[in-house]
Amino acid sequence: MNAKRLRKALFNRSKLRAVIAIFVFLVLWEIGSRSKEWFGFAVPWIGHVPAPTAVVVAWYGLLGDPGYWQSWYMSTLRVLAGFFAAMVVGIPLGLFMAVNRTFNGLVFPSFEILRPIPPLAWVPASIIFWPSQELSIAFVTFLGAFFTIVINVLGGAKSIDPRYFQSAQSMGSSQWDVFRRVVLPATLPSIVVGSAVGMGITWEVVVAAEMISGGGGSGGSGGGLGFFIWNSYVGGSYEQIVVGMISIGIAGFISSELLRKLGSYLTPWLRKR
Amino acid sequence: MSAVLQKSAKAEKGALKGAIRIEDVVKIYDPEGAAVMAVDHCSLDIPAGEICMIVGPSGCGKTTLLNAIAGFHSISSGKIFLDDELLCGPEKPMAQPGSDRIVVFQNGALFPWKSNLDNVAFGPLMQGKLGKKEIYDKARSMMADAGLSGTEHNFPGEVSSGLRRRVEIVRALMNEPKVLLFDEPYRALDSLTKSVMHEALLEIYYKNKVTIFFITHDLEEAIFLGHRLVIMSSRPCKPKKIIDVDIPHPRDYSVLTSTRYRQLMDETIELVHEEAKKAFSAGEKEG
Repeated sequence: MNAKRLRKALFNRSKLRAVIAIFVFLVLWEIGSRSKEWFGFAVPWIGHVPAPTAVVVAWYGLLGDPGYWQSWYMSTLRVLAGFFAAMVVGIPLGLFMAVNRTFNGLVFPSFEILRPIPPLAWVPASIIFWPSQELSIAFVTFLGAFFTIVINVLGGAKSIDPRYFQSAQSMGSSQWDVFRRVVLPATLPSIVVGSAVGMGITWEVVVAAEMISGGGGSGGSGGGLGFFIWNSYVGGSYEQIVVGMISIGIAGFISSELLRKLGSYLTPWLRKR
Repeated sequence: MSAVLQKSAKAEKGALKGAIRIEDVVKIYDPEGAAVMAVDHCSLDIPAGEICMIVGPSGCGKTTLLNAIAGFHSISSGKIFLDDELLCGPEKPMAQPGSDRIVVFQNGALFPWKSNLDNVAFGPLMQGKLGKKEIYDKARSMMADAGLSGTEHNFPGEVSSGLRRRVEIVRALMNEPKVLLFDEPYRALDSLTKSVMHEALLEIYYKNKVTIFFITHDLEEAIFLGHRLVIMSSRPCKPKKIIDVDIPHPRDYSVLTSTRYRQLMDETIELVHEEAKKAFSAGEKEG
């Protein structure tokens, strides 16, 4: 019975479709990359990309390399640092802007001028501001998530139905109660959405920042995945470039998936049963 | 003998709370600018324990009156009393919202992030008058009385809209209010669900005698539920005619086929239709 259920969970239609899709994609990629060897002419673009089998071989060689794992570790650390800093600063700021009109009036204009600046445009300035390379990368990563989180929290808190406030007030809630029991839970879905989007941006930003800044003070193997890719490019190891790219894809996927799980745990009323 | 009777009648009267007196209330929106008059010298006496149906076309300013009683909006002049206590008046244009006057909103205002049971327990928990265990015991038994057993741990979004309205009424009653203020609560329901809700509401009312201030534009609902109908003129809002519904309570749905019901319907439909036409040609928006 249990084995049957397990088989059902593993081999349902949509999973099967996903597996077929990935397999077909890899086969086409393999054929494209090997087109020169096999058919005598290189298919444009794909003909110059290392084949998946070559990438797997390179990857297998890297699995025992501490430098590769060190890159994972450094990038993850920077993403987490920037992301949590953005949450810690961004959520209260967004909430306070939503509940206090004066504060919002004072802060919002500058916020809106700074927001459209791409985080990467901050890289040179941030290297000048901050004493270490590490801090400047973390700061740029922070910016990537910060604006998204603030704008989501602010929007979410501002669009709360006034009837919730009115009925909470009628039933004798103090202002603190209204904040804790109405504003916070009502904003939670927007906080989750802002965080998920923000997390995606931090991965984009951290990689680019690592490439530009040469991978932090420690350089070399301490440079993170972005530097790993750049280094592979400079060193002419094209398989490793692809390994680095896929690694980032996997890292981003894992972090979004974790955030989605956490978000759905925190907002049980939005789950479909 | 008669003195004793009078005394007991008086005591009986004293037991019921929640008489509303509206005296010459005027509400003007944006007095410096567009100066839109929403309520025009409106006076109305609602005795304690009455179901008073406020009937009028959409956007005539009925909700403005309700908001003034609830303490969500200010009034421009006039006075509103609850049991001879001033809620709002010239010195104090906006009443303080309180658990003695609970609003049941048009589309419902249950907190979607709280389970039905937590929603029902919310008011007493906020007021801190009882212990947590007593509050939850009371919430469970009141939900059971209203036929809501089994939905305690569902979120409001997981039950039907009819059940949701019922949860909301139970949540309101948990505060032991003197007055329930209904703002077209059944407007979004289909007519079959509505008829079930009406009977359920009356059943709850017979158990907990409170004053009910009920806004609607549905005549059938108004005659079926109300002791009195207050037909409002279209904006500015002003009582145009008050009609006593002399069908004895307790009522059930057989009332709808009675001749008296038909007569009352005939009497009122003309009045209401006239105001609706006025409101329509004035191009009032929903509100």
